[in-house]
Amino acid sequence: MAQHLAEYLEASADKYRDRPAVVDPTGHTATYGDLNREADALARFLAGRGVGPGDRVGVVLPKGLRAVVSFFGIMKAGAAYVPVDFTAPVERGRQILTDCGVQSVIVDARCLDVLPHASGSGSDLRAVIVAGATSEPLAISTTSFEDAIREGGQPIRRTRSANDLAYILYTSGSTGVPKGVMLTHANALSFVDWCSSIFLPSEEDRFSSHAPFHFDLSILDIYLPIKHGAALYVISEDLGKNPKDLARFIAANQLTVWYSTPSILTLLLQFGDLERHDVSRLRIVLFAGEVFPVKHLRALQRLWPKPVYYNLYGPTETNVCTFARIPAHIPDDRDAPYPIGFACSHCAALILDADGREITGDEEGLLYISGPSVFSGYWNRPVENAAAFLDRDGVRWYNTGDVVRRDANDGFIYVGRKDRMVKRRGYRIELGEIERALYLHPSLREAAVVAAPDVDGTKIVAFLSCHGGKPPSIVDLKMFCGTALPGYMIPDRFVIEDRLPRTSTDKVDYQALKGRAHSLR
Amino acid sequence: MNEIREAIRQFILATYLPGESAENLGDRTPLVTSGLLDSLAVLELTSFIQKRFGVELDVYDTSAERFNTIEEIAGGIVRKQGQVPSHPGGGGAS
Repeated sequence: MAQHLAEYLEASADKYRDRPAVVDPTGHTATYGDLNREADALARFLAGRGVGPGDRVGVVLPKGLRAVVSFFGIMKAGAAYVPVDFTAPVERGRQILTDCGVQSVIVDARCLDVLPHASGSGSDLRAVIVAGATSEPLAISTTSFEDAIREGGQPIRRTRSANDLAYILYTSGSTGVPKGVMLTHANALSFVDWCSSIFLPSEEDRFSSHAPFHFDLSILDIYLPIKHGAALYVISEDLGKNPKDLARFIAANQLTVWYSTPSILTLLLQFGDLERHDVSRLRIVLFAGEVFPVKHLRALQRLWPKPVYYNLYGPTETNVCTFARIPAHIPDDRDAPYPIGFACSHCAALILDADGREITGDEEGLLYISGPSVFSGYWNRPVENAAAFLDRDGVRWYNTGDVVRRDANDGFIYVGRKDRMVKRRGYRIELGEIERALYLHPSLREAAVVAAPDVDGTKIVAFLSCHGGKPPSIVDLKMFCGTALPGYMIPDRFVIEDRLPRTSTDKVDYQALKGRAHSLR
Repeated sequence: MNEIREAIRQFILATYLPGESAENLGDRTPLVTSGLLDSLAVLELTSFIQKRFGVELDVYDTSAERFNTIEEIAGGIVRKQGQVPSHPGGGGAS
């Protein structure tokens, strides 16, 4: 059994040296031999700069081969990688790199502003590796990505422990600052090994990699094919948003396994001209991250009848922990979303009521998960860590915060959330993070953000009030949000009021606002 | 040309900026690079334009450099309308 994610690559490099490992968005293909060699070289470079076990290395790169080489190189050096959304506002990226105190950064030349150094606090970076040409001389010492992977020599030897951190994934935080979910090699391996047992991949498979690398779907996308010697087809950020070309890509490359959010599958269905393309090699379609409206899932299944569809459920903190296989024929009269199903074999699941008593019947309660894939904690967040876990008979259970109920035949059925987190296009959004961004607008006095169900998912509505004077325009507010928040967090609607409704205890009356949001057309 | 700009403006206002007045969405207001329109909105707007004006738009036409303002979008439509309909387009092989 592997103890470290790099062992998957090393074993495949031995067994499948000349087979394609990663197909870059440019079309360039790296074999397993290439990938392992470049990752070894990068590890040696990082180690030479003093990066080692216990360290974090930020990766701010567009999706592609370089990013995959970086992840393996960093892990081989003994450190954990911290992927940062290449397309998100610079301030958010810098917040993340600063929060977890990276010792080194691998960064695209187009987004050097993200470096903590630029804000004066990151001068202790041991190495800054820059991918692509820089237009101006830099104030800091950097190495080009090509130089960093050029040096030859023996692979470095590091003592490896399954309990070392492999990566930190940042998700939206309720206090307004993203929080880092720490995952160890043991966490990731237990999940990937479960995937092997259900999806039975082989070296003949061709996996899509649609999700951004800072998103937890990428863990299956990257490590499952690498473990089995299969090919990983990395889909660029641009292609990923273009359903027509994406459908063509799936057909032309004869992909066999697809994994994305339901939002992307719905886009493919609505704009991809799917009937024009032969996808007969596609054998598995996985979706996760949000509820898939059944009418869209059914329409997709009619167009793509061959693959087996699975609904995967799990927060970043556990990765996938329950799953449901969708029946081969979805009845015409079914409206209810499919359940999230039963616990994966490497996890245990439990429903507790508000008083911590176990629910065994069909009442609603909070879903708790235990098992080897459960994360070790949030980076530097003692308060959240204390609240996240429950010790029960010596077992550590993670409180997902998701409300579910049990169905005798279908397993768990997702009901919703009790707190202010919502899911949109598969992303977790803490509404408080949007409010905090809005409060920075000089004209705004109050901001309260609520979510309301929409035809195809969730609509986010911001209710605002202003300090006297002319209120900002909606165009102005959207653009303002665009400078601080990733696109999926920008509210759909802005409603400006004289004063926000308050409860008798003078708190913002979110219930009243939810009602108003619901009735907005 | 003015008619095309107004049709695009009205579609964007009604679909993505309900409640906003037309004067705040200028011909040169950046739409994509500013975050006003996301990728789904660009697809929906493209679909609207194709139906309304009978032109075919490909990935080249709708990239952020050519599709970022109402002025650019309207200009693209006018150019397309002046072309022979059988023009094969860029195909999107990038």
